[in-house]
Amino acid sequence: MKYLALAAAGLGTLTAALLLGPADVPLGDIVRSPIVWQLRLPRAVLGFLVGGALGVSGVALQALVRNPLADPFLLGLSGGAGLGAVMAIALHFPGPWALPLAAFAGAVGAMALVYRLGLMGGGGEGGELDPRVLLLGGVAVGAFAAAITTAIVSLAEAAELRNAFLWLWGGFSGASWTTVWVMLVYAPAPLVVIAAAARPLDLLVLGEEPAQYLGADVRRLKRLVYLAASLLTAAAVAMAGVIGFVGLIVPHLCRLVWGRLHRTLLPTAFLTGGILVVAADTLARTAVAPRELPVGIVTALIGVPVFAVLLRRWTVS
Amino acid sequence: MDGQLIVAVRDLTCRYPGAARDALREVSLEVSAGEFHAVLGPNGSGKTTLLRAALGLLRPAAGGAGGAGGRVEIFGRPASEWSRRDLARVVGVVPQREENLFPQRVRETVLLGRYPHLSLFGGVRAEDRDAVERALTACDAIELGDRWLWTLSGGEYQRVRLARALAQEPKLLMLDEPTMSLDLRHEMELFELVRGLVDARRLGALMITHHVNLAARFADEVLILADGRVAARGTPAEALTRETIERVFSWPVAIEPFEGRPQMIPLRQRKDVP
Repeated sequence: MKYLALAAAGLGTLTAALLLGPADVPLGDIVRSPIVWQLRLPRAVLGFLVGGALGVSGVALQALVRNPLADPFLLGLSGGAGLGAVMAIALHFPGPWALPLAAFAGAVGAMALVYRLGLMGGGGEGGELDPRVLLLGGVAVGAFAAAITTAIVSLAEAAELRNAFLWLWGGFSGASWTTVWVMLVYAPAPLVVIAAAARPLDLLVLGEEPAQYLGADVRRLKRLVYLAASLLTAAAVAMAGVIGFVGLIVPHLCRLVWGRLHRTLLPTAFLTGGILVVAADTLARTAVAPRELPVGIVTALIGVPVFAVLLRRWTVS
Repeated sequence: MDGQLIVAVRDLTCRYPGAARDALREVSLEVSAGEFHAVLGPNGSGKTTLLRAALGLLRPAAGGAGGAGGRVEIFGRPASEWSRRDLARVVGVVPQREENLFPQRVRETVLLGRYPHLSLFGGVRAEDRDAVERALTACDAIELGDRWLWTLSGGEYQRVRLARALAQEPKLLMLDEPTMSLDLRHEMELFELVRGLVDARRLGALMITHHVNLAARFADEVLILADGRVAARGTPAEALTRETIERVFSWPVAIEPFEGRPQMIPLRQRKDVP
């Protein structure tokens, strides 16, 4: 029943994403229209993949840092990606792939830095990741990157500034079949790593020591899950900018509906995240057509109230 | 295989990274099938460290007094050679603390005890569900199965956590202060439950506790730690003498025999004050 509702929501969202848009495509032409085939469909598929990636890494990271309010972007990735993207815009890197590549590099750079900080915090032989340090280090690295980003933006020309600013709030106007293929080739590896960690993640939620007594290799688990979830988020942010709140809200929604076991939580978070982002993107490009809102604004407008409700539930119980 | 040696700790010396002194110093311990061991000692004397080290979470120090920091073997194999998963199939632990970040039901949490027996992508099998029900029954917690964990009383919660350890189908149970903040009835029930499991299933059990008298009543062997060293070791009658307890816990006591076991009565120190 719950799965049926999820499937229905998926189909409904996809249909809406293909039918709606600033250009009027007659219903009869929908299968033949190049607007649908070359613009709306790849955009919907990419949106779905990006949303799914954010949902999954949100679930994984919340279990990893054992903090229900953690968001994939909290770990400094959005700051790093933003810095990379703004540098690409300000320095006029040429080519269509300059922006996503620079954003990806920025996100991975931030990830490496936070990982390094997290390792030092654990101390000891071989180094152990300390989730608390990951979280705090992520916030610090993100703030530092944001400061540099703002410095660059404040020195940039007006038109560039607008581009950079819009990019930071996320969007799928760059979607094409090529980007879809890149995501389809890239995403499976980190997704499989996280899927294989589903049961150990159930254990990790109890705490690191209890998890080890129940058979989880916690040291390895933390490293693998952190790297996989971060790489997934880095790809999402490179493709579509910073789409906030998906990685925060989706895990909570799924936990409410499907319980706390990661074997069901991970796939449902992928689907729910995908649906949410496609729906938000459809809204973003139709609400003020022919102009477009950044998707991150739509997800934030939906996400912040939902988050406030969740926060209240959390503090009350 | 009665009396089979399960865990052997020999001359173990351990130190936490960055610590100024050893957390454990030349500690030895042997737990065999069908034996109930109690570990006593003041706060910070190394009881939980001993549990961690016995399960390979903490390595023996590189250079102790006799050169190496001793050995820990489980079924004859060095603890450091066991994978966590293999170890979780033979040793069930009820740790002192754990987090309950997301709400879960009793049956779900007991099922976590089956995880070391599940294959990577395989599902939960009928035999796993059976093991969960058996463990709940053994801990008198079957009627709690559908309850949310956060609705349980302290005693019920500890029974459920013991059931989770039993669902691992271990040969050895390790419990870290399982009766902390339980009332008399729940304390007694837990000690009787562990004693019953040791007798009926020939499990080995190692329980860290602050209950000198209950340890004396229920345990076969007692190990008393003080400042990371063994202060006394042996049967309750051998280990729990007045001199040892007064020295280790820094408080005057009297020892009276009851049903053949020593029982400790703490004395009032300031007799001049009414």
